[in-house]
Amino acid sequence: MLTIADTTFSSRLFVGTGKFASADVMRRAIEASGADMVTVALRRVDLDNPEDDIMSHLDRDRLHFLPNTSGARNAGEAVRLARLARAATGTEWLKLEVTPDPRTLLPDPIDTLKATEELAREGFIVLPYINADPILALRLQDAGAAAVMPLGAPIGTNLGIRTALQVGIIIEQARVPVVVDAGIGAPSHAALAMEMGADAVLVNTAIAVAGDPVRMARAFRQAVESGREAFEAGLGACSTVARASSPESGIIGENLDFIQEGA
Amino acid sequence: MQIICNGQRRELEEDTSLAMMLGILNLDPNTVVAEVNKKIIERDQYEDLRLRDGDRVELIRFVGGG
Repeated sequence: MLTIADTTFSSRLFVGTGKFASADVMRRAIEASGADMVTVALRRVDLDNPEDDIMSHLDRDRLHFLPNTSGARNAGEAVRLARLARAATGTEWLKLEVTPDPRTLLPDPIDTLKATEELAREGFIVLPYINADPILALRLQDAGAAAVMPLGAPIGTNLGIRTALQVGIIIEQARVPVVVDAGIGAPSHAALAMEMGADAVLVNTAIAVAGDPVRMARAFRQAVESGREAFEAGLGACSTVARASSPESGIIGENLDFIQEGA
Repeated sequence: MQIICNGQRRELEEDTSLAMMLGILNLDPNTVVAEVNKKIIERDQYEDLRLRDGDRVELIRFVGGG
């Protein structure tokens, strides 16, 4: 079972709630995913649509909410959003995102570290979204991060685990859980991350924009379970030369004459 | 008096409370979090907090996100 900051999760698939065509599709996709952790964002209320409230569509008794700080461009803005998120939900959980560049949405490592230090001091359970930088992951762990969330590829790109080498080093070194986030575009990408030993993955775009988001959510659930099972089973070693699967002793005829004659 | 709510100017009667303004805007107080002049206001203070001319109010809520 996955445990982050003394909370246990039955699923290793976290699901984002953005970009769904309707609240009903989102609700059914989350159910099909089996996820018990979902991310949400904070924005100004649309004063022309006062009834439009995502929380009314989510099962607050069953789901664990992970508010993000998306839109924050520096540590100060992220801390402000974090405090608002806490006031809104009463939850200390936070996915810390600091993305100064709107084109790449890549995270700022320095301000992410600064904000993590401040928010951990204030009692937040901080899960920082980071580039797949093993040194930064350890610095964040020392600063009080409850988990680290390295990216596979930039947000929403569906490009897969392009950072596999670095993610592998983070998984090997980190004492806090590693949640691979961003870029996961297909169930095979999620399975790969889990086979590598990631503790969980976060998927949003790939499910939300799929032809059938509910079935795609189910496919991701199966992939995450399959990848985790393979990791726990222990994958066989790789080799650059052939290793025969059939027995190498007891082969009939020195030059396989028997097989050739029979053919 | 005039306040600025979510970037828009709004005319309110003197001594309007935050709770009254949410009522005017047809917003359920349990679904929003409010900042007045960048200070977070706890929900149990919505009734008591009187808005002043020139106040900047931000009303925020959760939306879908990754």
